[in-house]
Amino acid sequence: MSSLTTDDRILLKHGAGGRAMRRLIEDAFLHAFETAPAQLAGCLGVAAMDDGGAVRIGDRWLVLTTDSHVIHPVFFRGGDIGRLAVCGTVNDLAMMGATDVLGLTCSVIIEEGFPRADLERILASMRDACREASAVVLTGDTKVMGKGEIDGIVINTTAVGLTDRLVRDAGLRPGNRIIVTGTLGDHGMAVMADRHGLELEADLQSDVAPLNGLVRAALSAVPAAVTAMKDPTRGGAASALHEMAAKSGVGIVLDEAALPVRACVRGVAELVGIDPLLVANEGKALIGVRPDAANLVLAALRAHARGRDAAIVGTCTADHPGMVILDTGFGRRLVAEPEGELLPRIC
Amino acid sequence: VTGNLEFRDPVRAKALVERLARTTAEVGRTVSIMHVCGSHEQAIAKFGLRASLPDGLNVIMGPGCPVCITDQPEIDEAVVLAQDGVRIATYGDMVRVPGSAGSLADAQAAGARIDVVYSVAQAVEMARGTDEPLVFFGTGFETTAVATAAVVLAGLPPNLSVLSAHKFIPPVMEIVAEMPGTRVEGFLAAGHAATITGWGIFEEFAARQRVPVVVAGFEPLDILAALVRLVELVRDRQPAVVNMFPRCVTRDGNGNALNQLWTVFRKTGGRWRGIAHVPNGNLRLRDVWASVDARRRFRIDIARLWQHAPSTLVRQCICGNIMAGIASPADCPLFGNRCVPDAPVGACMVSSEGTCRIWHEYGGVPRLGGLSCPV
Repeated sequence: MSSLTTDDRILLKHGAGGRAMRRLIEDAFLHAFETAPAQLAGCLGVAAMDDGGAVRIGDRWLVLTTDSHVIHPVFFRGGDIGRLAVCGTVNDLAMMGATDVLGLTCSVIIEEGFPRADLERILASMRDACREASAVVLTGDTKVMGKGEIDGIVINTTAVGLTDRLVRDAGLRPGNRIIVTGTLGDHGMAVMADRHGLELEADLQSDVAPLNGLVRAALSAVPAAVTAMKDPTRGGAASALHEMAAKSGVGIVLDEAALPVRACVRGVAELVGIDPLLVANEGKALIGVRPDAANLVLAALRAHARGRDAAIVGTCTADHPGMVILDTGFGRRLVAEPEGELLPRIC
Repeated sequence: VTGNLEFRDPVRAKALVERLARTTAEVGRTVSIMHVCGSHEQAIAKFGLRASLPDGLNVIMGPGCPVCITDQPEIDEAVVLAQDGVRIATYGDMVRVPGSAGSLADAQAAGARIDVVYSVAQAVEMARGTDEPLVFFGTGFETTAVATAAVVLAGLPPNLSVLSAHKFIPPVMEIVAEMPGTRVEGFLAAGHAATITGWGIFEEFAARQRVPVVVAGFEPLDILAALVRLVELVRDRQPAVVNMFPRCVTRDGNGNALNQLWTVFRKTGGRWRGIAHVPNGNLRLRDVWASVDARRRFRIDIARLWQHAPSTLVRQCICGNIMAGIASPADCPLFGNRCVPDAPVGACMVSSEGTCRIWHEYGGVPRLGGLSCPV
């Protein structure tokens, strides 16, 4: 590595869901948590770098996933950190095929001086999200740190669920269609607008929502038709599709005209020079489907309240493995995998 | 806010692409033209236009990315101020660009306070909300320089000063046109900058260098139509200036904005990263604005960074030749090993629109024209 920028400190990009974060996980965490092959039998471990891990129990899989939630501001257009904490973990579980949540944990670290009313508002929001996801919090932990030792509040949730059929993010095959379950970019653009104090008339709202009900509808539409799933959170659809393409050894060609993006999100994205494909979603899934079943799965998604804007947006190819290509209607371009955190362009 | 859809009609784009192919074929050889604007590259990349250009047309990205051409010592000044505890407000792009010994992002990780702003006006608001000294690190060309000039003229809060790394585009076009070995036969000029300066500013340049200049907007049809006109001018050997963005650009530009620009800034020579010393290419605050000039308000000791400076690497960088279209990343000894997106040495690896960055990400530019998307 060049001496110009040393990696002897953790930078924000190492947590932004892009390539820098993946490298940190590969270089530091996978090394530390490497498991002997004997122990790995009947186990999907960290090396898979999927949305969750899994353990074989009889003829089913116990899926386990965990997520720590930090967000600024804590309350944002369309949601708050509590709703995010429940949905993030429930959705990671659903992406592995486990749509029934056996139970959740909730660990909270709070900064000294944090308003009690805000905490209660966050907990009420968690309770509501749990109800929507048919999930219950079984156990938790509370810590308080000194003023300035942590920024406001951090919430960690862990979830477990069972599934008969584990869905990986690496299962795409050439010819598979890519379905997105709704509009892209809503969460990231809403939070960015709040964080940077953009005064907009546009009605931006985070899409943060539990997806397990919607995913259940997709999985049960046609048996074994879904080949891969991933939720495009940090790093956006671009990161998620890159990961799916690379792990599956396929190329993905997207039709830009088919991508559902709300007009106000598209507008703000143009204004600040950020591609909606790179922006986080907290209530959407990317689903790979066998071509013969794509329309049936799409119909099942659209029949669900959270899937009305679902669309078939792309196709997997044997050519260009690991690449994500966008057909713009004017030409074609590669969709780059974001490196680190998103910053607006100058001009 | 989604842009003018009239200029995003794929059917009309297809007709222009065909006309561009015909006109290029009429020239009978490969034509190299250059644009000098990050926003043009952004639009070309975003709409995938390169995949639709004829083989005989080489559209080179010139030194038009403000992030890429901000020189290392200019970054160093901001980094030193930040290390010394001065809060820095700047455009998001600038945070990652490395100076001699690290970027503002590195300084931030070590405890410095860096605020990303969308406009200089936001920095003014930020300064009003605090008593601590704040420096706006101003980068970019005429477009952002005018915005900086306007807030300076309106009066800055006492704790805010300006570190200007603003640049002026027209002089660098002369440098590129005169570079030995240049193949550039025409220039696409940036419509937003020309909205301020007017298209007339390019007339002397076109006559002196004997190359045509076409002023272009930023929608796909703007760019394709401007390319058609530019290749026609090359074909007909007409070194004219043509305004293909008349809905915004006039011959004389925006008089008010120009007044403000030159009341606040003066032109001075200086290095553009990876290119050369560009006479009159830098914009610095005039002496009458010394009280708001960060370079006068603070003692900025950038020399202390130089013990870490990898000067030998920088000397091997060939970004200048790449931006002039006379070399490719494959010719560079640093490319892909000492110079990578995480730790860029040269201009073309910094921005996501830089030639080296694109080559590094994709192993060259794959041919995508023949693919079909059977959705």
